[in-house]
Amino acid sequence: MEISPFVIFFASIFTSNVLLTNFLGMCSYLSISRDLKSSLGLGQAVIFVMTATTVLNYLVYHYILVPYELEYLMYIVFIIVIAAFVQLVEMVLERFLPNLYYTLGIFLPLITVNCAILGVALFMVIREYNLLQSLAYGAGGGIGWTLAILALAGIRQKVDETRLPKGLQGAGFAMIVTGIMALAFIGFSGIISIS
Amino acid sequence: MMAVEVLQTVSIITGISVFLAALLTLAERFLLNYGTCKITINEDQVLEVKGGNHLLGSLIQNNIFIPSACGGRGSCGLCKVKVISGGGPLLPTETPYLTNEEQEDNVRLSCQVKVREDLVIQIPEELFSIREYATVVEKIEDLTHDIKALYLRLPEGEEVKFKAGQYVQIKAPQYGKSTEEVYRAYSIASSPSQHDCIQLIIRKVPEGICTTYVFDYLKEGDTLHINGPYGDFYLRESEREIICIAGGSGLAPIKSILHQIEEEGIQRKTSFFFGCVGKRDLYYVDEMKAFEDKLPNFRFIPALSGAAEGDDWTGETGLITEVVDRHVTDGSNVEAYLCGSPGMIDACIRVLLSKGVAEENIYYDKF
Repeated sequence: MEISPFVIFFASIFTSNVLLTNFLGMCSYLSISRDLKSSLGLGQAVIFVMTATTVLNYLVYHYILVPYELEYLMYIVFIIVIAAFVQLVEMVLERFLPNLYYTLGIFLPLITVNCAILGVALFMVIREYNLLQSLAYGAGGGIGWTLAILALAGIRQKVDETRLPKGLQGAGFAMIVTGIMALAFIGFSGIISIS
Repeated sequence: MMAVEVLQTVSIITGISVFLAALLTLAERFLLNYGTCKITINEDQVLEVKGGNHLLGSLIQNNIFIPSACGGRGSCGLCKVKVISGGGPLLPTETPYLTNEEQEDNVRLSCQVKVREDLVIQIPEELFSIREYATVVEKIEDLTHDIKALYLRLPEGEEVKFKAGQYVQIKAPQYGKSTEEVYRAYSIASSPSQHDCIQLIIRKVPEGICTTYVFDYLKEGDTLHINGPYGDFYLRESEREIICIAGGSGLAPIKSILHQIEEEGIQRKTSFFFGCVGKRDLYYVDEMKAFEDKLPNFRFIPALSGAAEGDDWTGETGLITEVVDRHVTDGSNVEAYLCGSPGMIDACIRVLLSKGVAEENIYYDKF
């Protein structure tokens, strides 16, 4: 049965959140989640890059790799496409939209190596999404990732003002909070099937 | 058939890569071309650099070395400069390293600021004197069984200006089993008035990459690259009594400071406590005695913590902290300069504090 792109869009934000149910993209999630402002900047960059590269990779996969039966090369090709795209976007922003570059652009190099972006592209192939579904999945995945990092940043900002035992400060606390949040999100994962 | 398949695969992947690389190269060419930008430093020096690079790198290309430990990754926070105009807004990658006052004062991390327009910046004057020098090893002298003195001659016509107590970094190139260049810091032991040749005192660290190089590979006549001078361990101007405490090769910066005291005719009361284990670790006793003759207010107090039998030692014994404890009575008007291992320095600071020395008057160089 064909799943509606809308279903995929909402499911990838909430019930199949790429960060909280697949635990992808953890490095920048843990390191940039100290305050809400930079989390939002990073999140916006992820939304944009994830949406665009998922569509790009869809086109590359279906119009170049599949016709020549080169599907096994998708890992390499996806990574190259993502890296080149991120760099190009960074240059364009730096030149033409300096304000946007300062709020969002400086996070772009971090995203080149974000596994959530590659993960979404690979899921798109494994789950055999069509173009519209891929677009919805990319956008939803990005928004879901942003939601998760914003939630963590909010909690961390609050908790930074309280006194934690030394062993729990920083990453330790972030991992525990992420685990608890993931429990909540995974609890709903059976409601909608997206693959 | 097989060959065709391989060829096809390779050409498709190559095609994708070439296309993307060409796209990025063109973008770099046309998008990131900022032409030539002017950097005005401290209102008098003007550099013309190619735009688009980071400020730190542009300055290094012009032989202005801003201290940076991480090499421009934005993780050490050392490469601070004041950017008065240009440079864009403060980036989130910089804020963790800058205090609120610094942010209001336009202080930036030079490894994060990109040169896209004309800049006006301010750099502390002393950074101009930080340079790299290709020195020639003039003499290597054994001071004790594990300490050597290195005399480095600067290239003809070049000179190094430093404050007594500051240090330089020497570069140990790849050698033997060591596969990468390393930089290690050593205090300058010679007089600050001597600009064409400097002396370093180096103690052998077992398995140490740089000291092994100096002890086993370096020969007289070799070229040794150094850069500097660095550091804020130097004699402060005041009327307070001076207490210097050093252990082992920590004598180096103190010796330089004593040269300065002698040459500038400083009359402040000065004591130098020098801690070693046995008599075989003691060196430069005659030089220090000579200072005592020349400087009426100077006392040299060597102390052995583990004098061996037959060492024939009549001087002070015990840990340097105990010796300082015995000699210093009132520390309220004292300025202390310590150089040695972290353990020794921490212990000495505790003793000095208990004698009433103010914490802000204790300067130290831990190694």
